[in-house]
Amino acid sequence: MTGVQDPSVQIHAAAETPRGYGSMKRKEDARFVRGRGQYVDDVVLPGMLHGAVLRSPVAHARLTAVDTSAAEAHPKVHAVITGETLAGLGLAWMPTLSQDTQAVLATDKVRFQGQEIAFVVADDKYAARDALDLIDVQYEPIDPVIDARRALDPGTPVVRDDQEGRTDNHIFDWSSGDATRTDAVFAEAEAADDQLVVAADVLYPRVHPAPLETCGAIADMDPVTGKLTLWTTTQAPHAHRTLYAIVAGLPEHKIRVVSPDIGGGFGNKVGIYPGYVCAIVGSIVTGRPVKWMEDRSENLMSTSFARDYHMRGEVAVTRDGRLRAVRVHVLADHGAFNATAQPTKFPAGFFGVFTGSYDLEAAHCTVTGVYTNKASGGVAYACSFRITEAVYLIERMVDVVAHDLGMDPAELRKRNLLRPDQFPYRSPTGWEYDSGDYLHTLEVALEKAGYPELRAEQADRRRRREAGERVDLMGIGLSFFTEAVGAGPRRTMDILGLGMADGAELRVHPTGKAVLRISVQSQGQGHETTFAQIAAAELGMSPDDIEVVHGDTDQTPFGLGTYGSRSTPVSGAATAIVARKVRERARIVASAMLEVSPDDLEWNDGRWQVVGDPEASRSLAEIAMAAHSNLELPDGVEGHLDATCVYNPPNLTYPCGAYVCVVDVDPGTGAVHIRRFVAVDDCGVRINPMIVEGQIHGGLADGVGMALMQGIAFDLDGNCLGGSMMDYLLPTALECPSWELGETVTPSPHHPIGAKGVGESATVGSPPAVVNAVIDALAPFGVRHADMPLTPAAVWSASRGRPLRTDLAIT
Amino acid sequence: MQITVTVNGAPTTRDVEPRLLLTHFLRDELRLTGTHWGCDTTNCGACVVRLDGVPVKSCTVLAVMADGAAVDTVEGLAHGAELDPVQEGFVTCHGLQCGFCTPGMLMTTRALLDREPDPSPATIREAISGQICRCTGYENIVRSVRWAAEKQHTAEVAP
Repeated sequence: MTGVQDPSVQIHAAAETPRGYGSMKRKEDARFVRGRGQYVDDVVLPGMLHGAVLRSPVAHARLTAVDTSAAEAHPKVHAVITGETLAGLGLAWMPTLSQDTQAVLATDKVRFQGQEIAFVVADDKYAARDALDLIDVQYEPIDPVIDARRALDPGTPVVRDDQEGRTDNHIFDWSSGDATRTDAVFAEAEAADDQLVVAADVLYPRVHPAPLETCGAIADMDPVTGKLTLWTTTQAPHAHRTLYAIVAGLPEHKIRVVSPDIGGGFGNKVGIYPGYVCAIVGSIVTGRPVKWMEDRSENLMSTSFARDYHMRGEVAVTRDGRLRAVRVHVLADHGAFNATAQPTKFPAGFFGVFTGSYDLEAAHCTVTGVYTNKASGGVAYACSFRITEAVYLIERMVDVVAHDLGMDPAELRKRNLLRPDQFPYRSPTGWEYDSGDYLHTLEVALEKAGYPELRAEQADRRRRREAGERVDLMGIGLSFFTEAVGAGPRRTMDILGLGMADGAELRVHPTGKAVLRISVQSQGQGHETTFAQIAAAELGMSPDDIEVVHGDTDQTPFGLGTYGSRSTPVSGAATAIVARKVRERARIVASAMLEVSPDDLEWNDGRWQVVGDPEASRSLAEIAMAAHSNLELPDGVEGHLDATCVYNPPNLTYPCGAYVCVVDVDPGTGAVHIRRFVAVDDCGVRINPMIVEGQIHGGLADGVGMALMQGIAFDLDGNCLGGSMMDYLLPTALECPSWELGETVTPSPHHPIGAKGVGESATVGSPPAVVNAVIDALAPFGVRHADMPLTPAAVWSASRGRPLRTDLAIT
Repeated sequence: MQITVTVNGAPTTRDVEPRLLLTHFLRDELRLTGTHWGCDTTNCGACVVRLDGVPVKSCTVLAVMADGAAVDTVEGLAHGAELDPVQEGFVTCHGLQCGFCTPGMLMTTRALLDREPDPSPATIREAISGQICRCTGYENIVRSVRWAAEKQHTAEVAP
């Protein structure tokens, strides 16, 4: 293992670096493989203290007393902060991302198990935890509201009685599509002999993103300068800075948010959590930096739950398999505080794309949000703002329709997919899909999977089984998804009033090396590499010559951060455009250098040259030096080449994909083995295919987890049954197959480089493929639907005709 | 308690609380922050180090239990500027994304290749099955380890 000297595997081997797009090794890996990444918990500041949060063991209770005197007497404790302390500062409650409020530290009641009650600041983290045990809290229990389906029943305790005049647990009703038209199609389908209405109840259970690094922060309020530096695990540093300014009343120019290396986000690090605010208050109170890192149970029980959609889907369809209309009602469990991270005008996120990839006459959905005694739900989990739920519903419903019609699910999809000549396609719920060649993408996937052969094998297995042979059940599941990512046009999309546009700045130094500053925040996506490649392609440079700066609000332009697969669609576009601006500035300088009109120049592989005269040209590096020199420039032209840009997307981008999953199910135990998974993604132009494939791999594993293992249930007392990794099961290398990927490329017509984004595609598209495969395997038992997670117990029960309710543990 | 631990080849003596976890000893006392902490319950493997050569989850080992032992962490894997083949493999085959599980994965797979220089993909999957990666879907980790195995093999047979 030592003495290996092979120049072909040097990390920075320039020969391996493409000029623009193409697979190249990631710039960030040099530090990560050496253990030299810098995550928040790796940061140590001089004089730093440590915080810990006291949490409620019960789901719903009135707080009658919080006695902190013994904790305060602990020799290593510097401060104990309670809801009462914060109330004195006007900080006991903070706004959520959905125009609701959330308790920072409880004052009146606790509303979910794990809710924050007090914050201890001590010399070290062990002492801080010791002191938590010294705080005496008196609880007066109240019946908890746990079953979302009963949350609106008369007489149910009111979770949010802090809101004046509130008498129930109803948060909002939202609808999308044309109800009258949809109802008319359904009435027709019900009346006609050659049509039918297919319905099913489909749950997308509560899950948690569970990045390997938990959430945390180090707050450093300088008592002299009044400047707050917050090192924190955030996917959206700029948005957080603005929110801290608004919440805490701190002047925004005196707040610096630093988001160093982030150990995975997946939506978990979009919101602002009480611990961050407590760390800030702790630093203000003690005058020293305060670090707070939550532990795994705190992460799983109190932050950023996702999904929790109880969906009723109906499809009107002709008996020969033409999908006519879809009608959906959703009961959305938002937990105790409505903290979902969605653009303001979209309380159900982008669930409105529930018509999926199909050519429908009409569609309508209603969504009702309710409060329950659980942690805030629906925050995000690689979900592209609820498209995960929408795609799961429609893809599950299409399979239920195929089941009821006795039709092959691939054939049913082929008959109904949108055709290329329909793009740009205006969906019945008002979304404008930019481009796609769906049938082609599906056919590539079916071909790669060997679909007819798989069906033949399945038929053979079923025959042998019927003949009495002991063979595993085999299932084949398909999904076809359309995503809507890259939020978004600022006219319609904002978060708390902040339009969803992103900035980019590009500086070209005199020697021709460049620094690109972006507003989005990598949590593993490889921005330092991909964004350098985008700029490099525009400027004919090597990506090695472009340094990407991100994750520090003092050093980067404003933007809304990384979630909803928006980095490449929004910030990637900003990067391409800012590089083009630099190129145009370089043209003016080159024209002065060559003493010709700018119109007489053409861009040729990193050089401006006189049209038709390759000898008369200047490289970007030469031009950069000249731009900083005493060269006389035309009147009105500034020196230097630096440029800035803010990109306001004209539309979302619409990636798509076709997935095929093959499972074997042990009928005796209900255990599911994923034999194969074929994923054909169309995310438009791929910048670094290696990174794109890695993103897809990760999303596929996520889908396997959600379909088969993940899922956080509650007992009727409100105890969270997924509060550790021993209970909340995440997929390991043994549950995941060797992924088989394919691609089609349909560039986005409105994106500057035709890219569409890919970060969440596989998380969106894979759960229905896995579930459809398992249900397909259970067809001999007459199973039509069963809810995720399809654990062995759930599969076995479904095969016996007793599908489990997976959101509650009812004993 | 006073303990002496040989960390990455260098003997180190410290006075520690008996309850101090090995992962916190490495991270907070020695400032070797390459070893991460992820779950408390020995499930995720972000904290894997080698204790007398054997991969262990350092969140479930007390620092005092390492007294007199040798502990190897990710910081000791490379030889100066030269990466270990598993490190090269992870870089070459995109075996990491956010990097948080990576140190633990590297230590486990280095130990695997030490005892089994030519593991099958199935063996690699089993070896890392006590560790969680939320980013890669594992496929590229398997490829990275296979790459490292082949690299080592080539290096050994080369003249």
